[in-house]
Amino acid sequence: MEPIIEIKNLTHIYSPKTPFEHKALDNVDLTIYRGEYLGIIGRTGSGKSTLIQHLNGLMKPSSGQILFEGKDIWGSKAMTHDIRYQVGLVFQYPEYQLFEETVYKDIAYGPRNMKLSEEEVDRRVRQAAKFAGLSDAVLERSPFELSGGQKRRVAIAGVIAMEPKVLILDEPTAGLDPAGAAEILENIEAYRKSNNATIIFVSHSMEDVARITDRLVVISKGTLPYVGTPHEVFSHGEDLDKLGLAVPAMNRVFSRVHAMGVDIDPAVYTVEQAKAAFLEAFRRKERV
Amino acid sequence: MALKDITLGQFFPGNSFIHRLDPRSKIIFTVLFIVIIFLCKDLVSYGLVLASLLVLVGISKVEPKVFVKGMKPVVFIVVCTAILNLFYTDGNVLWSLGFLKITEEGLWKAFFMVLRILMLICSTLLLTYTTSPILLTDGLERLLRPLKKVGFPVHELSMMMSIALRFIPTLIQETDKIINAQKARGADFDSGNLMQKAKALIPILIPLFISSFRRAEELAIAMECRCYHGDEGRTSFRQLRLHGRDWAFMTFTILLLAAVCVLRYFGL
Ligand SMILES: Nc1ncnc2c1ncn2[C@@H]1O[C@H](COP(=O)(O)OP(=O)(O)OP(=O)(O)O)[C@@H](O)[C@H]1O
Ligand SMILES: [Mg+2]
Repeated sequence: MEPIIEIKNLTHIYSPKTPFEHKALDNVDLTIYRGEYLGIIGRTGSGKSTLIQHLNGLMKPSSGQILFEGKDIWGSKAMTHDIRYQVGLVFQYPEYQLFEETVYKDIAYGPRNMKLSEEEVDRRVRQAAKFAGLSDAVLERSPFELSGGQKRRVAIAGVIAMEPKVLILDEPTAGLDPAGAAEILENIEAYRKSNNATIIFVSHSMEDVARITDRLVVISKGTLPYVGTPHEVFSHGEDLDKLGLAVPAMNRVFSRVHAMGVDIDPAVYTVEQAKAAFLEAFRRKERV
Repeated sequence: MALKDITLGQFFPGNSFIHRLDPRSKIIFTVLFIVIIFLCKDLVSYGLVLASLLVLVGISKVEPKVFVKGMKPVVFIVVCTAILNLFYTDGNVLWSLGFLKITEEGLWKAFFMVLRILMLICSTLLLTYTTSPILLTDGLERLLRPLKKVGFPVHELSMMMSIALRFIPTLIQETDKIINAQKARGADFDSGNLMQKAKALIPILIPLFISSFRRAEELAIAMECRCYHGDEGRTSFRQLRLHGRDWAFMTFTILLLAAVCVLRYFGL
């Protein structure tokens, strides 16, 4: 797999040399690959938002480096500017950043900043709207008269319209009903498939993230104690629980059963896996 | 980020003698100290006042650097005052070039004016750095309470002030967030002419206004849900009480005032 973003020894300190000094990231190392679906999980205040804002150059590392396609994003001015379009970042509650008269104009804000031709802007806006599940009728309406879920989609479309190679979403489903959340997840997956884009999905809910991502990063107090496939990460179920993360209920049961000395896979986190694990355990028992 | 560096009016938590003083005694001190500064006329009284201020800053245990940073916004005013006083005072000419001249009196006047402004700022910073905004407005409300008799809306005013103070950091944070969100979409606030720069602010101002109105509405509803109905019959969770240290501090302030008065009207 080909790396797209490399984070090297990244440390970030808020308000350095004041009484409010706070180390939000401590010597973080991480490589992110092209086309992968990466999940970042951590409890409130663990440093998730701080980490992702470094990836598109919104925050400058206190020390350490971020490489995008092998080049330091702070290496040259052009690079620092360009990185914003290559790495699209959808903030937490992005609906509060809408400002234009129509949905169309709001989605076009990013592409226009990229100084693209009008036809290209139009193509991208319509394409992004399609990815985000917005109909043509919505495009001409004011963003302020939409429902919360629709606003969220407009904001996501506004970033997708820049056609970034890496799309980062900070809690994109927070505050949405399950149906709305599921739709947004589908939209994101559709964008990934068609553009071979890297998706970074930030959340504090393990249940969602584990299901959709290829690889999980656990962040706790500014460090990354566990990185790996969901299966690998959940084999540390008990430790995750101690870090204050809401481990999926299924995983809690299985890691507890495993800790009691039963020979069963402790990393189970979905119902299907649970069924498979049980059947396997019984089969093994019969054989004995 | 430039926005986060605004320290004017910021509170630095601590547990020093100054921090523990009742907000009322600190407010009275600040007001009297301004009077004291303007009563100063000679080197001795300036020295005395400056020395007491520096001692208080020392006692407060707030880093001197922070005070220096807080004074930065007034540098321009200070420099202008200095220049005006330096060149436009008549008296014993020390140096001249064409219509420009520097006099001995001008030199002293410029020096004292600068000192005055800096001490003024420093003393107010001492108040805001060591007093939490909530205590500050509580203190003000108590001090202004007599004005209620003449129909002055003391409670409403102090409530508005504490809400405003409470929301300044929130608004700054919010602004930062919106700026970042628009930057992530390629917004550029630094290049272009004045017109373009002003236009670049629209994507920040509109979301900011909208969220402020939303917040105001939410706050109003939340307050009504908790049965807020103004001053009538309202009791306070934090009861302000004057302690021995407050009386000592105020005595010190009065003594300083007296000393400066004596120096001003009777000389040494
Ligand atoms: N502007 C700031 N100044 C000082 N400290 C900050 C600032 N922003 C965040 N922090 C601190 O840095 C730490 C990490 O914050 P961050 O916003 O990255 O958390 P998070 O993981 O995104 O949390 P959440 O799930 O609540 O969004 C927190 O302890 C927070 O208090
Ligand atoms: Mg966050």
